[in-house]
Amino acid sequence: MKQIAVISGKGGTGKSTLVASLSQIVNNKMTADCDVDAPNLHLLLEEKDQQKWDYSGAKEARINYDLCIKCGICKDVCRFGAITEDIVINNLKCEGCNACVVACPQDAMYLEEVNTGWTSVSTTENGTFAHALLDTGAEGSGKLVTEVRKKIVPFENGEEWLIIDGSPGIGCSVIASITGTDAVIAVTEPTKSGLSDLKRVLDLAKHFSIPAFVCINKFDLNMDITNEMEKYCVEKGFMVVGKIPFDPLIVKALQEYKTPVDTGDQEFIDEINSLWNKVTEYLSQ
Amino acid sequence: MKIAVLSGKGGTGKTTVSASLKSSIENCQYIDCDVEEPNGGIFLQPEISNVYPVMVKVPEIIKDKCTGCGECAKACQFNSMAVVKGNVLIFPELCHHCGACILACPEDAMIEVERQIGVVETNSDESFMHGKLNVGEPISIPIIAMLKDMVKDDGNVVIDCPPGSSCTVVESVEDCDFCILVTEPTPFGLHDLNIAVELVKKLGLSFGIVLNKASENSKIINEYCDDRNIDILMEIPFSRKIAEAYSKGILPIEADADLKKEFGEMFRKIEGKVLA
Ligand code: SF4
Ligand code: SF4
Ligand code: SF4
Ligand code: SF4
Repeated sequence: MKQIAVISGKGGTGKSTLVASLSQIVNNKMTADCDVDAPNLHLLLEEKDQQKWDYSGAKEARINYDLCIKCGICKDVCRFGAITEDIVINNLKCEGCNACVVACPQDAMYLEEVNTGWTSVSTTENGTFAHALLDTGAEGSGKLVTEVRKKIVPFENGEEWLIIDGSPGIGCSVIASITGTDAVIAVTEPTKSGLSDLKRVLDLAKHFSIPAFVCINKFDLNMDITNEMEKYCVEKGFMVVGKIPFDPLIVKALQEYKTPVDTGDQEFIDEINSLWNKVTEYLSQ
Repeated sequence: MKIAVLSGKGGTGKTTVSASLKSSIENCQYIDCDVEEPNGGIFLQPEISNVYPVMVKVPEIIKDKCTGCGECAKACQFNSMAVVKGNVLIFPELCHHCGACILACPEDAMIEVERQIGVVETNSDESFMHGKLNVGEPISIPIIAMLKDMVKDDGNVVIDCPPGSSCTVVESVEDCDFCILVTEPTPFGLHDLNIAVELVKKLGLSFGIVLNKASENSKIINEYCDDRNIDILMEIPFSRKIAEAYSKGILPIEADADLKKEFGEMFRKIEGKVLA
């Protein structure tokens, strides 16, 4: 099974719409929503036979006050400001790093695993689907992304593809979304900020030696920047595999929980098919 | 007054709103905490005159002293150390700079060395600041922390937060007086807004909503807000013209004087709420 991650420097470039549409068009695939901060794909899918797992991706320090002598050493070694003057742990700030536990002369501290979200795998009309949700404000989104990918793989039943809806940005959760994939598709839009974000995600793919393709959404919004993007891609050796026009109808469809594939937008469907063919052709070489 | 602008997801117009708000308030500092993809500068066009490296401390082994006991790796919670056959391996990208390994080493065989993970850049009077995470680095919190340290205590500050709702957002909104949640009227927008609302409530911060790309479909957001008694501070209409201006790096308030007035009014509204 080959894994393809769809990413974008930022959300809102149409990444989830593209993944949802791909999941309707591509046969023989599984889909994983790895945007664990704000997963959206499940809104468009009807899930059946959902299996759900609690996820404990973080640890927090705890104090056994019977042993504590209030020496304050823990507070002094904590680099995250998570222990107050009166030796109380601020859970939102604690990174579970263990420094205080190691330093406490009274052995009064320990780390406890905490539940920070969940993962799930379910069956949908479009194949097996995994997603997850990180508790608001929690640490470790990267680890949860890794967990979603780990959870869905054993469900493989001869599928050829795993399509991953990646997280925005270039930090830990994106790195976790693309590590070990066979290719990434970077979705962007022709805006100045889109261009700057695109360069950074393409750099990231290159950094990890993963082949990257580009899809320009709303390409006709600003032809100058679209041309600049295409030129940039040619220079740097990235293939632009798709260009989707600005179409308020796509937003309208979404408002009714529908993808452009559902509404039968033929131009869009053709473009997505051609995009997918270009990527798979490259990968089969 | 410190105002944080966030959204469950990027792409809802968070940067447009923060940059527009900054430009509608006099003597306002703008801080772009979206250090993975900083975009505020594209709109505000600051002249960068100071570049500060953001350094973190990572452990290094003094080989002569190390006995290979493995206590350091046992203490590390982030898999950034391994002891294999008496040799200590360090993976600096994964390090959270916590110092636990050093505290754990019985031989005093470790020191900390500095390592750069990105930069903070400012214009000459520091009315504009942003951070940039180096590509390939997973951990951005220290850059956000440095930006937050440079916040001016007296005047007004607008903080453009990273997308999502995880630890980076928590770090960015900390100590703010008010949060603006930017959303758009789609099911995705509503879903992510709900997550952002949960976050700010959990942190006990006051907040209000800016509805971007408002259209005849705004109902789904309006109903959500009505049900929960959440204030919609302002609506920005959905228009191709605004989208085109945005694509060129032009703020909607530059194309539309009324909108600029509305941003000013929103600021006063927020001021009223915070001071009340
Ligand atoms: S280091 Fe241990 S004994 Fe000292 S204040 Fe902290 S918990 Fe209490
Ligand atoms: S585990 Fe680390 S972050 Fe948490 S309180 Fe202890 S030293 Fe601070
Ligand atoms: S400083 Fe903390 S995260 Fe870094 S290697 Fe040491 S224990 Fe691990
Ligand atoms: S704890 Fe100190 S002595 Fe033991 S392996 Fe680590 S560095 Fe070496």
